[in-house]
Amino acid sequence: MELLIRNGYVYDPLTGVNGDKMDIAIKDGKIVEKINEAKARKIDACGMIVMPGGVDIHSHIAGSEVNTGRLIRPEDHFKDFEPKTAKTRSGVGHSVPSTFTTGYRYARMGYTTVMNPSMPPLEAKHTHEELSDTPMVDKATYPLLGDWWFSLEYLRNGDLEELTRHIAWMMNCTKGYAIKIVNPGGLEAWGHGSNVHSLDDQVPNFCITPREIIRGLCKVNKLLNLPHTIHVHTNNLGMPGNYATAIETMQCVEDLASENKPAIHITHCQFCAFKGEDWRTFESGAEEIANYVNCRSHVTLDMGQVVFSDTTTMTADGPFQYDLYRLTGHKWVNHDVETETTSGIVPFRYRRKNYVHATQWTIGLELALLIRDPWKIFLTTDHPNAGPFTSYPRIIAWLMSRKAREATMKRIHKRAANHCLLPSIDRELDFSEIAIITRAGQAKTLGLKNKGHLGVGADADVAIYDVNPNTTDPSRKYKAVRKAFRHAVYTVKGGQIVVKDGEILKHVEGSTMWLNVQTNEPAEINEDMKSKFRDYWTVEYENYPVSEHYLAVSQPITVKANA
Amino acid sequence: MPLVRAVTCPVCGCLCDDIELTVEKKEIVKVKNGCAMCESKFLGYNGEHRLVKPLMSKDGELVEVTFEEAVEKAAQILVNASYPVLYGWSSTSCEAIRAGLELAEEVGGVIDNTSTVCHGPSELSIQDVGIATCTLGQIRHRADLIIYWGSNPWSSHPRHIERYTAFSEGRFEKSKWCGYITKVKASVAKKKFQSAIRRVIVEERSSLPPPPQRDPSEVLSKTGRKLVVFDVRRTRTADIADYFVQVEPNKDYELLQVLRALVRDEDIDVDEVAGVSVKHLEEIVDAMVSCEFGILFFGLGLTMSKGKMRNINAALSLARDLNMRTKFMIMPMRGHFNVTGADTVFTWQTGYPYAVDFSTGYPRYNPGETSIVDVLMRKESDAALVIASDPVASLPGKAVEHLVQNPLIVIDPHMNATSQMADVIIPSACVGIEASGTAYRMDHVPLPLKKVVNPPKGVRSDEETLRRILSEVRKLKKKQEAEAS
Amino acid sequence: MEKPKLQVTLLTGRTIEQGVGKEQGKASKEYAESASVCFIDLEDLKKLGIEEKTNVLVSTTYGSVILRALKSPQAPHPRIIFIPYGPWANAIVDPETDSVGMPSLKGIPAEIEPADDKPLLSLKELLKTMFKKE
Repeated sequence: MELLIRNGYVYDPLTGVNGDKMDIAIKDGKIVEKINEAKARKIDACGMIVMPGGVDIHSHIAGSEVNTGRLIRPEDHFKDFEPKTAKTRSGVGHSVPSTFTTGYRYARMGYTTVMNPSMPPLEAKHTHEELSDTPMVDKATYPLLGDWWFSLEYLRNGDLEELTRHIAWMMNCTKGYAIKIVNPGGLEAWGHGSNVHSLDDQVPNFCITPREIIRGLCKVNKLLNLPHTIHVHTNNLGMPGNYATAIETMQCVEDLASENKPAIHITHCQFCAFKGEDWRTFESGAEEIANYVNCRSHVTLDMGQVVFSDTTTMTADGPFQYDLYRLTGHKWVNHDVETETTSGIVPFRYRRKNYVHATQWTIGLELALLIRDPWKIFLTTDHPNAGPFTSYPRIIAWLMSRKAREATMKRIHKRAANHCLLPSIDRELDFSEIAIITRAGQAKTLGLKNKGHLGVGADADVAIYDVNPNTTDPSRKYKAVRKAFRHAVYTVKGGQIVVKDGEILKHVEGSTMWLNVQTNEPAEINEDMKSKFRDYWTVEYENYPVSEHYLAVSQPITVKANA
Repeated sequence: MPLVRAVTCPVCGCLCDDIELTVEKKEIVKVKNGCAMCESKFLGYNGEHRLVKPLMSKDGELVEVTFEEAVEKAAQILVNASYPVLYGWSSTSCEAIRAGLELAEEVGGVIDNTSTVCHGPSELSIQDVGIATCTLGQIRHRADLIIYWGSNPWSSHPRHIERYTAFSEGRFEKSKWCGYITKVKASVAKKKFQSAIRRVIVEERSSLPPPPQRDPSEVLSKTGRKLVVFDVRRTRTADIADYFVQVEPNKDYELLQVLRALVRDEDIDVDEVAGVSVKHLEEIVDAMVSCEFGILFFGLGLTMSKGKMRNINAALSLARDLNMRTKFMIMPMRGHFNVTGADTVFTWQTGYPYAVDFSTGYPRYNPGETSIVDVLMRKESDAALVIASDPVASLPGKAVEHLVQNPLIVIDPHMNATSQMADVIIPSACVGIEASGTAYRMDHVPLPLKKVVNPPKGVRSDEETLRRILSEVRKLKKKQEAEAS
Repeated sequence: MEKPKLQVTLLTGRTIEQGVGKEQGKASKEYAESASVCFIDLEDLKKLGIEEKTNVLVSTTYGSVILRALKSPQAPHPRIIFIPYGPWANAIVDPETDSVGMPSLKGIPAEIEPADDKPLLSLKELLKTMFKKE
């Protein structure tokens, strides 16, 4: 199939195109140089913005934690549902939508790639089953490896080579994409009800520290040559004063970075940019973090931007989620996974008039505006933790328009509004920077070579938004910008027009990307591991791996390791 | 003789995946590592009550028909119904359940799984309170206090205790199997001695008097794993427990709330609750707050008796409250091998775990209204598809009356109570033996079900049958729409 | 002489024999034998004046059914009787779901009396009596 998108204002930062009026040619699902214009289907994008399809580096959309979140929020679903149509399946959900609805809503916003950031390896089949039922977008998922007993033991013994082989095996057998680390050491401590509070605390029963875990896995990541860096949810998340832990975490792998390339990704940074000693003296630590990041090249971050809404928090950080339950008195789910990890879920409402929530709202925006290089900080809400992904257009408006920020600031807690740095920040992102933080930068950091850009050879994932950069000043007309990004005029996925004027035209399956890591010696389960399996887990080793049966459309990416 | 290792047993919520089968001449001849139900399933699934041909009711008799005829008739029944129910799902694969949900949505029916008469109240309570839980390996590695409440795993989940709890070996906690053996030997010796004495004295034979109710602190203060059972009668599980609490029937709610109060160091104004002395309850609570890692497994004793979901609310809240003092988890003892899978798949596709009504075009959920017993008691449904379940045997008689008055499609491997009343029967391959798929253990761990042998000729997997019915339904609907316009 | 009757609380539940029987197939003899029984405390059997392995009639507000009485190995539990899950139990349980969807399958008030003159029904016969399908 051939498709020509004509006359649009193209923003393609990875190929250096910055609002030029140009045509995009598509053939057989890929961006190409030229096509037969007479035969091709045409889209007239005159007066509109054309960008690569959106890429979301961190969004909880599938797996046991997400599904239990869905289970405990029937009240969230009653108010928000979508009936079945001739082309689409029915569904529900505001903060934790059902799988079909998740895919449709991303597609309507012009997003075409979503990364599910938290997969307990033992329950990986569940994550993949749900991803296979999430249409319209390509996806991948990150196995949780920071508190895996094998990680802890091999790191304690200093056996990096063995660990590297085991992580390669784990990545292949869970069909994962990146090494995810959450509150390193804290999850194993939570197995017996405790936590860790600094990078140098001893993890009970394992004689190892969070610092050693992060550094060790960072080295493994390099040896395996994985396309993304280690993806880290820091210790002390959600605690006043934790900005210091975030900076220490970034510092602890500074020496491991090379060639000015990132060595670590700090996720949903808003939640670890808290300054102050307690909730009363709570304030933003965004400036300190921005100052650190601005002179370093080894770190990338994503925002975790708060939106004032009812939502559901869910992370693999069991102890943090328990503390959140104690704070709110809300219903609380805990789910520890043997040998590997934990998780917790607590519904949450961010209130404008609550001093802490309002300050949290300013933190995410301060991070994005104070960090000068948009290739270092990306737009996320850690969906659904800080807000549903459907609020991205609202965040785009805040970033592009001081006026939009002021309008919201008028309605938040007065002390938060007066106390924070945000009013003094004039910076407004432009469309090119928005393209970076919502697609190009995310794809680049993930190492997704064919995503996030419209260069020849890229996957033909394109979003067309109804806003004219020449006639619309986003700084003043932020409402029009918000509206435009809410419903793409066209979303093209793999060369097919799947959304028009915010309506799904075609239900398509996306593919599930995963790493096929090839080490020098084949990464197979060895005899040592087989004998340990029954001691560590309650399942047989033969039943542990995820076969391709679980991936509706499997897209392996071969990675040649340096080990 | 090929030996098939790591087979997942498709019977109960334990989903033991270490079964070894010996296959000879394409038949399973030996089962290793399985419990009595497991052996019964693998060796007896293909007995005289196996369905091998599709059947349809003609003039009050069930006659053999082709698969295509049966599928066509099933599709007609569903398309012509205004409010069909699609029920069962707990003993088939997740892959089949996905097809079933698509079918239910297409025909605008109510789809419900066996949770509705099992742990449905638990799901409702979890939706109110949340749940502090974990996978079974966490129990094996860490739990030193194990409580079964209203659950008798000895009968319902025979390998639960040896694989996951008191008799299992963990990284941080050892098995109490040796202690149990000693206890059993002592008890057997005691019985023999008493029997000998009786024969000498020639007394009237009477049943062994129950052991006197001891102080909980005597047995619960020891180190190592401790097993406590709460039940209305002394079950086989209670026999092997360190301590047994006999609860008055229908009084679990009071007892759970009193335990919560004691955990919070409150005073109790009465001396006895639910037939148990408050003094003993204080000692039990002391053991609960001083343990390293406690777990409460609860069964249908709580969901089915007076209070239903309120009992579960209280139990979930108790476990949650205990986390202020120590690490304490709770888990429902799911019965059928894939009822957890049914709830899980329903939830990710529709947002709700069971009792989902598609009649208005989008998922609606209101147990008590959209649950099968209530739909049947209100006599609202006008057709039914039953799969991987036997509601004529398992639902209250009054509800079944309406079920069998209307067209009934059954998809099952065996002639059972429901298939005897059906209008269309399509035989099923037994998943986990003759068809592969996925199931979820009671703690939500997904496990693969293997195909070990072939089904009888012409017998298809549930997934295939459902997809064929769905395709036929869509054809019929298109035809009807074309005729209407 | 009037037959002795006893007011009891009815529980239904799983037994290993019923669990094994259902895997053989619900139409099997093993299943029928395992599910058409009623476990009674020995003292209650004495009060009813019967031996175990004789037939009893158990009645509730919702129906009545003939079952084979067995001595309970889980005694003592005076005035509590236990019937394994299955259509015999379901002939007499409470279908009321209390707006929760779950019928009351445990803790139901019932009455039990000796009925040795009445026969135990097979599954087929039971279904026919309960659901005479026109």
